[in-house]
Amino acid sequence: MYDYFKSFYDYRYLLQVMVRRDIKNKYRGSYLGILWSLLNPLLQMVVLTIIFSTLFERSIENFALYMISGRILFDFFSGTTTMSIRSLTTSSSLIKKVYFPKYIVPLSRVISNFIIFLISLIDLALVIVITGASLSWEMLFAPVYLIIFMLFTLGCSLILSTIAVFFRDIEHLYGIVTMVLMYFSAIFYPIDILPKNAEFLLLFNPIYQFILGFRGCVYYNVGISYFNLVVCLVWAVVSLFLGLFLFKRNQDKFILYI
Amino acid sequence: MNEPVVKIQNMAMQFKITTQKVDHLKEYFIKFLKRDLNYREFYALKDISFQIYKGERVGIIGHNGAGKSTLLKLISGVMKPTSGSIDVKGSIAPLLELGAGFDSELSGLDNIFLNGAILGKSKEFLTEHFDSIVEYAELGDFINVPIKNYSSGMKARLGFSIATCLNPDILIIDEILGVGDQRFRKKSSQTMGELIESGKTILLVSHSLQQIEKLCSRVIWIDKGMLKMDGDTQDVCQAYKEFMNHRS
Repeated sequence: MYDYFKSFYDYRYLLQVMVRRDIKNKYRGSYLGILWSLLNPLLQMVVLTIIFSTLFERSIENFALYMISGRILFDFFSGTTTMSIRSLTTSSSLIKKVYFPKYIVPLSRVISNFIIFLISLIDLALVIVITGASLSWEMLFAPVYLIIFMLFTLGCSLILSTIAVFFRDIEHLYGIVTMVLMYFSAIFYPIDILPKNAEFLLLFNPIYQFILGFRGCVYYNVGISYFNLVVCLVWAVVSLFLGLFLFKRNQDKFILYI
Repeated sequence: MNEPVVKIQNMAMQFKITTQKVDHLKEYFIKFLKRDLNYREFYALKDISFQIYKGERVGIIGHNGAGKSTLLKLISGVMKPTSGSIDVKGSIAPLLELGAGFDSELSGLDNIFLNGAILGKSKEFLTEHFDSIVEYAELGDFINVPIKNYSSGMKARLGFSIATCLNPDILIIDEILGVGDQRFRKKSSQTMGELIESGKTILLVSHSLQQIEKLCSRVIWIDKGMLKMDGDTQDVCQAYKEFMNHRS
């Protein structure tokens, strides 16, 4: 364990360089560059609001805020995990030639995506201001959820990137999984439109739990629900431990498969 | 003599070669259930024990597939041995294929920092040595151009420049001394000479016995994953030549 932290300290600069590279790579060649991480969620929100708001006009007030508060969280999760899944195989030329702690590869993806996610929070703030949503001090709890959510995503990224080394199929299968997750995260519809017997699907969907908690802070302005917070914490701890365990156990075998 | 910097004891590296590559979960399960996961075990290296002391220049020879590159990968820590132990003291810069750690989309400048960071150097160290790396590689304005637009010679020069400027304790070289054009080759062999004089520990894999004879003080001959001979450059090279002639 001590070695783990020592190597983390020794290689902190590599992590920093890799994070910067990931961000540079993402917007390479585009004129607007990192501005896209501001524009994209905003444009998505406009489109989805136009399509769905008339549908759910009566049941959701301030549809734009409801939508974007769920959407950016989901996008962070699906974008990060999808990127991490391939991260080890695309870095194979590096891993095969030089020794460095391999967890840096998925970790750098998670951190760079989280930075981009933090930028998209500006959109959220914009929507709050423009739609004249009420500001409240409960919003200050939002970072708690975001940090737990990042740890949860890191755990998932470690798990998925490890599995993908041994079974490439998961890359293709995962697209379907994220689609199902998205439709059961209540991003653009109110949960009461679901039939009663389908509601349990939301309960067991970690992404929905995080969105619910986050919305509690920025949309419903009710602050933290302890039950929800515990559920989120459990998800994060389980995924992180499972991820670290799987990764550590298999990391020496990666080189034989990539 | 002083402490060994590389200490290898009874090391073996075993690969499992699946007769059919199983890359899919479904296939794996089917085969697992049928108990049909047949792979054969293959020792790339077996019973290897030797020590390298500080300042030694060790050449590693052997024909293709003898396990030389696997040995270098084990020493540089990229792979872990199946059994036995390997102990390395000090920092290592692997020149296994120059520019292995390059990201072709990034500029030369970014790659210097990326490559240096991978080799475990700090930001301060790299900023300090940045100018000398660029100057040595003779890249000039190209330093801000993405690596993908470099010629192979430019890439090789940058890789060589980074690896030597980082001043590692142990330098691992896998067949690369023919870097760049005539002029740069001269310069790089001069640098190699300086590194040798400075008492750096060097591991060199090469098929060119001439090069080995010129640069190394000790030679290890690996044959079919086993340590066949280990000793003075002249003796081992002589035996190796006779062995090769005999075979052909």
